[in-house]
Amino acid sequence: MVSKVVVGAIVLVVALAIGGYILLASQPQQPVQVTAGGASFPQPVITKWTSEYNKLYPHIQISYQPIGSGGGQNNLFAKTFDFAGSDAPLTDAQLANYTVLHVPETIGGVVVSYNIPNLNVTIRLTADVIAQIFQGNITKWDDAAIASLNPSLNMPDADIVVVRRSDSSGTTFVFTSYLSNASSLWQLGSGQTVNWPVGLGGSGNSGVASLIQQTPYSVGYVEYFYAKNNNLPTAAIRNQNGEFIEPSLASVGEAARQGKGLLSSDVRSAIVNMPGSGAYPISSFTYLLVFKDLSYMTQAKATAIVNFIWWAIHDGQNYTEALYYPKLPSDIVTLGEGILRQITYNGVPILT
Amino acid sequence: MKAKKSSAHYNRQDAIFKSILISASLLVVGLFVALFLMLISGSMPSILGNGFGFLTGTTWDPGKGIYGALPAILTTIATSLLAVALAIPIALGIAIFFTEYAPEKAKFSLTLFIDLLAAIPSVIFGIWGLWVIAPLIKTYVQQPIVASIGFIPIFGGPAYGISLSLASLILAMMVVPIIASLTIEIISRTPVSLKEGMISLGATKWETVKHVSLPFARLGILAAVMLGLGRALGETMAITMIIGNSYMWPFANPSIFAPATSITSKIASEFYEATSAIYVGSLIELSLILLVITLVTNALFRYVIKKTNRGARRQ
Repeated sequence: MVSKVVVGAIVLVVALAIGGYILLASQPQQPVQVTAGGASFPQPVITKWTSEYNKLYPHIQISYQPIGSGGGQNNLFAKTFDFAGSDAPLTDAQLANYTVLHVPETIGGVVVSYNIPNLNVTIRLTADVIAQIFQGNITKWDDAAIASLNPSLNMPDADIVVVRRSDSSGTTFVFTSYLSNASSLWQLGSGQTVNWPVGLGGSGNSGVASLIQQTPYSVGYVEYFYAKNNNLPTAAIRNQNGEFIEPSLASVGEAARQGKGLLSSDVRSAIVNMPGSGAYPISSFTYLLVFKDLSYMTQAKATAIVNFIWWAIHDGQNYTEALYYPKLPSDIVTLGEGILRQITYNGVPILT
Repeated sequence: MKAKKSSAHYNRQDAIFKSILISASLLVVGLFVALFLMLISGSMPSILGNGFGFLTGTTWDPGKGIYGALPAILTTIATSLLAVALAIPIALGIAIFFTEYAPEKAKFSLTLFIDLLAAIPSVIFGIWGLWVIAPLIKTYVQQPIVASIGFIPIFGGPAYGISLSLASLILAMMVVPIIASLTIEIISRTPVSLKEGMISLGATKWETVKHVSLPFARLGILAAVMLGLGRALGETMAITMIIGNSYMWPFANPSIFAPATSITSKIASEFYEATSAIYVGSLIELSLILLVITLVTNALFRYVIKKTNRGARRQ
């Protein structure tokens, strides 16, 4: 009996010792806290990445605050954010003041969603028709321009309720960039806010989605993810090849692939209205912005940031499709690698 | 027993206590002045860049560098006044019922509900307005009105639910408990002797209320209304969710069923994404204008109260 207790005690002590040793040996290195923020559009993906990355490297903690692209940029310039997410790339004027690099991290598609009672099917639209609807030139669903694109559907004789963003937004930027590019009838220009002549303004993608859901005969634009999540129907839009393309991971990814040439000359290029079979026309890259010279922070933090972004555009891509974001095409990943290699610490590239 | 402390000790203690109190009071003054100066310096890029046209302009197009604040200013004033106009009869009704008619048991639960209503965060009013009230008033209020008297521009269609009038209605819900609880407070202070006098003269309850309680509480009710108006002017979250955020009211579409944009919803919607100095400055100037509107209403009410007070004494 006694010997049993002794053996038990010894086993326990040894087990505790081994356990303690393992705990000590795996004691994390000096913790690294990285603060980032910006665009809300890629937030679901970035949040997934930061938590997965934290499981791999428990001493690195990255927080991402979805305060909007503009806020992200301003905080990056003020160096309160270590890196920023932005749907809209920096302008030449901003780049003249701040030497910031753009790494494309994922791709978004902006979809035209609608709520037409008893007509829960895909309708077909063109850039010219969308431009006229959102400028208030086409006001009825049975307008000849819409009906001729959808001859098999019985469009109702009802007023169109336009729903758009009330807040400044990268989504609006992509949508209006597309219309500026693809329709000569579009007169509102492109930007994160434009002077809408008609319609209801919803706050955020979710605000627009909920307005569409509860307003019969409405039409609006949201990120693909939100239309999917809310089960909103989405329009097939005619691309440069004359095909009507429905938004999907594949068709948005195809637009990104077609954009490779443009991006290798300037990574900030828009990929709206891309030529090429199967490309969804209202697509856009979203970027992580980071200073080219990271000497202003600790070396551990600088290395952590570069390694994290490297991981995000490689292994991190395996998590995106479940969240309705397409994977980066391999050409764009290669492009991103080249950009990350330019980042230096005290004049020395961080990645070797 | 402790030894008696010298009076000098007490004086010193008193002085310290007094200086703490003074600095607490000065803090309020200092905060306000600092805030005001900050708003002015923050709006400088807009004041210099947009000039006086900012106050009269009706277009807001950051992409083209055009900033005009008039629709937002008018919407803020219109929604707040409409909200208070809707709230006053309801709040007075509650207050009169409470003080003159309600049995003791009902009083307790009524107070509870008024307090609860006042404590509901505005974002909840926003969600409720967006999901529940908007479809209801669209179908049962706005559409019938548009169908019958829609030819009058301010009642014109189409009715979306989400609109200036919905924002006013939800604001009224938020203002009612403020006005009601203060008015209850004031009416209950009506001297009992006055009321008893009325009743002994054979007056009905309603006559007592009309001739004694309400005149007695007049100034207090005015003050309560002012507080309510202040709340309505500054409310942001709920408004942003239900007003529709369109800059077309009142110039392109004067209907109260049209979507509009208030000063607060404009700032809340655009501040985080504003990048250029003049854009940020224009939004800060909007908040400066809101502050001035609040100050002017405050001053106006003080003036009215002073006037009526003097008039009352002279009688």
